[in-house]
Amino acid sequence: MKKLGIVVTLIVLTGAVWGLLRIQSNETKIEKLVLTGSSTIAPLAAEIGKRFESFHSNVRVDVQTGGSSRGISDARAGLANIGMASRGLKEDEKDLLNFTIALDGVSIILNKSNPVNALDKQQIIDIYTGKIANWKEVGGNDAAITVVSKAEGRSTLELFLHYFSLKNTDIKPQVIIGDNQQGIKTVAGNPDAIGYVSVGAAEYEAGQGAVIKLLPLAGIAASVENVRNRSFPLSRPLNLVTRGEPGGVARQFIDFASSPQVNDLIEAQFFVPVAH
Amino acid sequence: MFLLRTDRQLAFLLGSCALLSAAIVLLILLFLVKESWPVLQHVALMRFVTDASWHPVQGLYKLTPMLSATLYSTLGAILLATPLGIASALFSRYYAPPFLAGCYRRLVELLAGVPSVVYGFWGLTTLVPLIGRLHPPGVSLLTGILVLTLMILPTVALTVDAALAAVPVAYVRSAAALGLSRWSLISGVALPAARSGITAGILLAAGRAIGETMAVLMVAGNVVEQPHSIFDSVRTLTANIALEVAYATGDHRAALFVSGIALMTLVLVLVGIAECFPRKRYYD
Repeated sequence: MKKLGIVVTLIVLTGAVWGLLRIQSNETKIEKLVLTGSSTIAPLAAEIGKRFESFHSNVRVDVQTGGSSRGISDARAGLANIGMASRGLKEDEKDLLNFTIALDGVSIILNKSNPVNALDKQQIIDIYTGKIANWKEVGGNDAAITVVSKAEGRSTLELFLHYFSLKNTDIKPQVIIGDNQQGIKTVAGNPDAIGYVSVGAAEYEAGQGAVIKLLPLAGIAASVENVRNRSFPLSRPLNLVTRGEPGGVARQFIDFASSPQVNDLIEAQFFVPVAH
Repeated sequence: MFLLRTDRQLAFLLGSCALLSAAIVLLILLFLVKESWPVLQHVALMRFVTDASWHPVQGLYKLTPMLSATLYSTLGAILLATPLGIASALFSRYYAPPFLAGCYRRLVELLAGVPSVVYGFWGLTTLVPLIGRLHPPGVSLLTGILVLTLMILPTVALTVDAALAAVPVAYVRSAAALGLSRWSLISGVALPAARSGITAGILLAAGRAIGETMAVLMVAGNVVEQPHSIFDSVRTLTANIALEVAYATGDHRAALFVSGIALMTLVLVLVGIAECFPRKRYYD
C-alpha cells in the first residue's frame, strides 16, 4: 500500500509540474486566433485551423459557433479576430471586409428512374408542404411522393428553407435524414423520393454510379461548375469577415484559407472551392 | 466479521472501485442536468410533453413521440427476438448434433459481432426497398423493429444458451432416469431452472435495443410524429441526439440533453421494473 501511495503521488506531481510548464509556455509564446460565427463554416474553419497550426507552431486557432449574425457582431466588436458568415454582407454591414473562402450549393435530387426532369419553385414548395402528394400532379407516375428532409440545425436545411421562404414547421416530410450520404442512399433506394443535398456530394455520388439525378433550378443545371461561377440560384458564399484590413496572423490565416492549399479540406466538407 | 490485514486492504480497494463505478452513473446524470439546465430554466418541463411538435430551432420541444418510438421499437424487437432466440438456443443445446451445434454457435457469435452500422446499411439498401414495395416509403417503425430484432437476436440466443448450459447435469440425468421425453425435459426442467438467466439475457437485449442508434437512425425515417401504424416513420430518442447534436447550438443543444435525460429515466424505470419482478427459484 505504501509503495502504491508513493507511485500515485509521483504521478500526480509529474502531471502537475508538466501542466504548470505548459501554461507558462502558453503565456510566453502562443498567439491565439479566435474565429466565431456560422456553424456551417465552423467545421471547415477548424480543419483549416489544424492545418494552419501545423505550419505555424506558435498559433492556436480557436473556432466557436453561434451563427452568422454572431460572427458579424463579434468581428465588428473585436471579440473575435475573424467572423464567419455563411451569407453575403448586408447593406448595413459594409463597414466590414469580406473574404469568400468557399461556396455552398444545394441540389434537389430525384431517383434516376423518375420520369420528372424539372420542377419549378412553386411545385417544390407544394411538394414539401404536402399540397402535392402524388407524382402524377407534376407529370410523373401515379405514385405517392416520399418527401426527404434534413434534421434541424443542418446548414443544407437552412439554405433550402431560406431560398424557398419556408419555415421548418411548414415542411411535411416522410423521411428525415442526417448527412448527405444518407440522403443520397435514401433517394437512390426509393424511386418516388425527392430530397436535397449538397451539390458537391450529389455530383460526386452521381458520378460514382448512384441512381440519382440532380434537378436543374430555374433552368440552371445543378453542378459544381455552376455553383463556382455563381449562376446556380440555390447557393451561398461562405465568408470570413474582419473589421478593417486584417494584419499579422489573421492576414496569414485568411490568405491560407483562400489558397488552393485547402481545396481538399473544402471538398471533403462538400463545399465548392472558389475559382483562383 | 474477522478480516485479515490483506483482506481489509482488498475490501478497501474493491469498495473504492465499486464506489467509483456508482459515482460515474451519478456524474453522468449530473452532467446531463447541467448541460440541459439552460433550457430547463426558461422552458417549463411540461412543455416537453404539451408542445405542438419538435422544432427546437423555433422553440418547440415535444419529446413524447420519440419516447413512444423508443418504447415501441424496443418492445417489438424483444417480442420477436425472445422466441427466436430461445428456439435457437434450444436447438443448439438439445437437438442439433454436437458438430452442427458448435458451428451454429460460432455463427451466432459472429452475428453478435457485426457492427450496428452494417445492419443499418443493409437495412437501408435491402430491407427498406422491400418494405417500401409493401407500403411506401419503407422507412418505418417496422423496419426499425426488424433491424433491431436481428441485432439483439444473438444476444438473446447466446445468453439463453449459456443459461441452459449452466443447468446442473444432475437435473438432466434425473429427468432422463425418470424417462421424460426430450420436450418434457426442456419444458419441465431445463427452462424453469434457467429462468433467471433467460430473464437476464432478455433485459440485456432490451438495453441494447434502447441504446441502439445508428441502425435505427438509418431505417426508421426519423420523422417526429406519434406513430399510428407500424408503417409510420418514427424517430427514437437516441436517433434524435445523433441526428442533431453535431449542428445544435444554445437551447437546441440543451434540449437534446433533455432527450438524454428522458432516455436515462426510461432505462432507470425499466431496470426498476425488472428489479420488482418476483424471482421464483425452482429446484434450489
